[in-house]
Amino acid sequence: MISFETLYAAAPALTAHAPVLMVAGPLIAACVAALSPTARTSWMISVTGSMFAAWMALAITGEVARHGAVDYYIGGFAPPLGIAFYIDGLGAMMALLVSSAGVMASIYSGHSLAAEVRAEKHTHVQAAFLLCQAGLLGLVSTGDAFNAFVFLEVSSIGAYALVAIGEKRDRRALPAAFNYLIMGTIGATLYVIGIGFLYAATGTLNMADLSARLATLGDSSVVQAGFAFIVVGLGIKAAMFPLHGWLPGAYSFGPSLIVIFLAATATKTSIYLMARFIFDVFPDGAAFGRNFIAWVLAPLAATAAIVCSIQATFEREIRRILAFSSVAQVGLILLGLSLATILGASAGLFYLMAHALMKMTLFMAVGGLAISLPARRLDDFAGVARDAPWSATAFAAGALSLAGAPLTLGFLAKWRLLEAALNAGQIWIAATVAIASLLTLLYVGRMLEAIFFRSAPAGAPRAVEAPVGVLAPVLVLAGLNIWFGLDASLPEQLAGAGAKALLAGAP
Amino acid sequence: MSFILLHFNYVAVAILMMAGLFVVVSSSNLIKRMIGLAIFQTSTGLLYISLGKVSSGTAAITVDAASPEKQALANHLDPAYVAQYGVAGVVYSNPLPHVLILTAIVVGVATLAVGLAIAVRVREAFGSVEADEIEVLSRLESAQAGSQA
Amino acid sequence: MIALPSSLNANLVIGIALLVMLLVVAGAIVRTRSLLAAIILFSIYSLVSAVWLVVMDAADVAFTEAVIGAGVSTIVLLGAILLTRGEVEKPGWRALVAPALVCAGVGGLLIYAAAGLPALGDPASPANAHVGRAYLEAAPKEIGAPNIVTAVLASYRGFDTLGETAVIFAAGIGVALMLGFGPHASPLPPAATIGDHHVVLRVSAKFLIPLIALFALYVQFHGDLGAGGGFQAGVIMAAAIILHALVFGLRDTMMAVPPRLVRSIAALGVLLYAGVGVACMLNGGAFLDYDYLFPPAFEKQVPGWLLGDPEHAHHWGQHFGILLIELGVLLTVAATMLTIFYGFAGRTVEAIRQERGA
Repeated sequence: MISFETLYAAAPALTAHAPVLMVAGPLIAACVAALSPTARTSWMISVTGSMFAAWMALAITGEVARHGAVDYYIGGFAPPLGIAFYIDGLGAMMALLVSSAGVMASIYSGHSLAAEVRAEKHTHVQAAFLLCQAGLLGLVSTGDAFNAFVFLEVSSIGAYALVAIGEKRDRRALPAAFNYLIMGTIGATLYVIGIGFLYAATGTLNMADLSARLATLGDSSVVQAGFAFIVVGLGIKAAMFPLHGWLPGAYSFGPSLIVIFLAATATKTSIYLMARFIFDVFPDGAAFGRNFIAWVLAPLAATAAIVCSIQATFEREIRRILAFSSVAQVGLILLGLSLATILGASAGLFYLMAHALMKMTLFMAVGGLAISLPARRLDDFAGVARDAPWSATAFAAGALSLAGAPLTLGFLAKWRLLEAALNAGQIWIAATVAIASLLTLLYVGRMLEAIFFRSAPAGAPRAVEAPVGVLAPVLVLAGLNIWFGLDASLPEQLAGAGAKALLAGAP
Repeated sequence: MSFILLHFNYVAVAILMMAGLFVVVSSSNLIKRMIGLAIFQTSTGLLYISLGKVSSGTAAITVDAASPEKQALANHLDPAYVAQYGVAGVVYSNPLPHVLILTAIVVGVATLAVGLAIAVRVREAFGSVEADEIEVLSRLESAQAGSQA
Repeated sequence: MIALPSSLNANLVIGIALLVMLLVVAGAIVRTRSLLAAIILFSIYSLVSAVWLVVMDAADVAFTEAVIGAGVSTIVLLGAILLTRGEVEKPGWRALVAPALVCAGVGGLLIYAAAGLPALGDPASPANAHVGRAYLEAAPKEIGAPNIVTAVLASYRGFDTLGETAVIFAAGIGVALMLGFGPHASPLPPAATIGDHHVVLRVSAKFLIPLIALFALYVQFHGDLGAGGGFQAGVIMAAAIILHALVFGLRDTMMAVPPRLVRSIAALGVLLYAGVGVACMLNGGAFLDYDYLFPPAFEKQVPGWLLGDPEHAHHWGQHFGILLIELGVLLTVAATMLTIFYGFAGRTVEAIRQERGA
């Protein structure tokens, strides 16, 4: 049984510097990877850097669980003058999610990258991947609104280039990456404009200070505009419907290393930051905040969950099915958060972690198959289960979890979401979750039918089982989908702590 | 009148941002879109800098109040104004927005370089930098992949 | 309404005039179909905004905008249209309704907010009264660098600057991954691409290159006294080497300063910056707390006369810390700008060769 108690035992005696080391570790590793002589060494550095970050995240999670939120003043300057890290239950949960996704992706990349990118580029690919990871870890731990923008960009610029190198397999990766860059930059710039308005209204950039000052300031056109710009900007980054245009392309054509990492973390960290602003920074009682949640966020999230699930059902390329499914699931996560109750937020955060785990499993399994079978369409994967039983089994575990089959993590996640919606009296949200789940069954059924129950047409290229280095992390993740389905105490505690941190004082 | 003059900056910045954003979302040429994006980002900087201006202020580089430069600066200033808003007898503009925008400009050029590099590769792979044409080619490719199998 | 001291009025008029120029230039960029014209107009846009920034007292930002906006961006854009071989945008916009609506929405929100913003130059506005003012008061005592912008950039918000250096590093990696590897990385054009009739250029370049490099060092080390610092200096340093490539040919430059070395220097710069942070941590301070840059045992050994008057002796660590991280910034920025140039210029050689072959 995995619980907080095991975490304490695993965590080292916490050095006071863990928060900043968690970000600086991968950053330094990125430089070393870029300097390293061969593809192999850069891969080892990448794994080491990611593991170091995960170790620090584990230490922080333990510390937060025991003693509450962790502060770290960078440069020794107290906020609001200096930049401070502030990691509470929610930040710790996100840090743990991002860094463990980083570990899995980096281990996996040892074999997957060789098939997708020329060997001489590997050192720089690993460096960009580590920068991306450092950026996302900085984003979830900083307590400074502008610093969050800087880290958002650190992670994004690495990600744009990494998606673009998928061109070796499919040239459509290039326009997809360009589109991702344009949309991502517009999103980040809108966020900066929003921060500018908040700065104009309050004179500070520190989130805690912003929150305190906004509470006394009351409503004004500047604050409202700031809210709108921040939410729309982060909405683009989070692929919130209808601002998700960049996501299907980026997830379909990027190399596996970055796609599995982004699928597990990129939209989630933006959702994190958005939730941080909506619930923590802006005053709880602000009318525009409540109206936004009730009339914009929840309806759009519900639309995403339904429309994009339907869209996924009609897609023909397997990774596009998964990508549209991601947009739909982002909708479900936001629906949980939009309930604005402890139960709802914790269900949303639980779903966030569950979705990261299952999508990572699915993209990893598909990436493993694609090493030997460079195909995109679902039909090309017909009968793969016979040639590559282990990868197919892992895929099935992830897919069943996505569909919400009993005894999987996905089932618990959907169940908790339903429960929270009914508990808050939001029948229509509960209905949306139920309908979206049924639609998920359709496309998951299509995928499993092709892989397991159809036989490959004669003469079609056959898949070969993925190498052990790729298979091992996939099977670990697939196993976790089932393990947490049976005993969800760890994600439950993490989500509960996160929700409490997010909604201090809410019912 | 003076309200309009003293808020002109914000309106001008708003129009500049709209111009940049319009180019990004309406143009089909990838290079032109990057130019639009650069204008959009630069204009954001102008907003911040406008916020940090202090009347009769000077750049935030400390000057000794007794120095001749300072004397020249202070000659026509109201002493009460200096006493209230100055630091050690000198009125400075706010340094914080400057720092933030220095960062933003550098982020902007980083984005521009990566975006243009991708655009160059797009040209090499598709023979065009017009989004419309690339989309047609991509669609065609998806359809072909279907008919082959 | 605050009382306006008389000097604002001249500034106000100049500022508004410059903004009107920016509006005209931006309008021209929207209208023109020629990409070359759009790029030149963008360069003008950057220069005019740099002038406007000087009027707004943002000397450091103006310097950066001039070297980066009008300098680097323009070069990269020109390289891009050369490589994409399309100087004219194809006519026929995408459907105009949706873009117009998006812009109207954003613009409407901006103007809605603008009415509530404080008047230009208001010294009592929250933005100018709270943290901004606190820096002006605290920095001379805590940091000791006369340029408060540098003090905030490198010390108070040094972590932002580390992130920003990482962004630049990431951009260098991105451009290298896109354009910089493979046969293009070592172009082999005819050795003498420039005939003897360019002798004037060559001789004057030989004079200019060391001078530009020297100026870069001046900008670098002058950063905590006046406008300047690692970013601007890095770009200027790269400009010196780019000038060499333009006059003597890319091949010679790549032999003198190999792309692989340049990419390593970019990584070393970030490593130096982060290393300073870790060093402060090992000596008992927080990450990037330059007061702990040197171990206390070492500081005791330093003779008092070297530290200057005792009152300011504690600025020693801050001073050296800023010096070191600015050096890291210089290395990364200069190397990345050069990597970007190599990426685009290396492709150009390739493109010309293909064109001739075809």
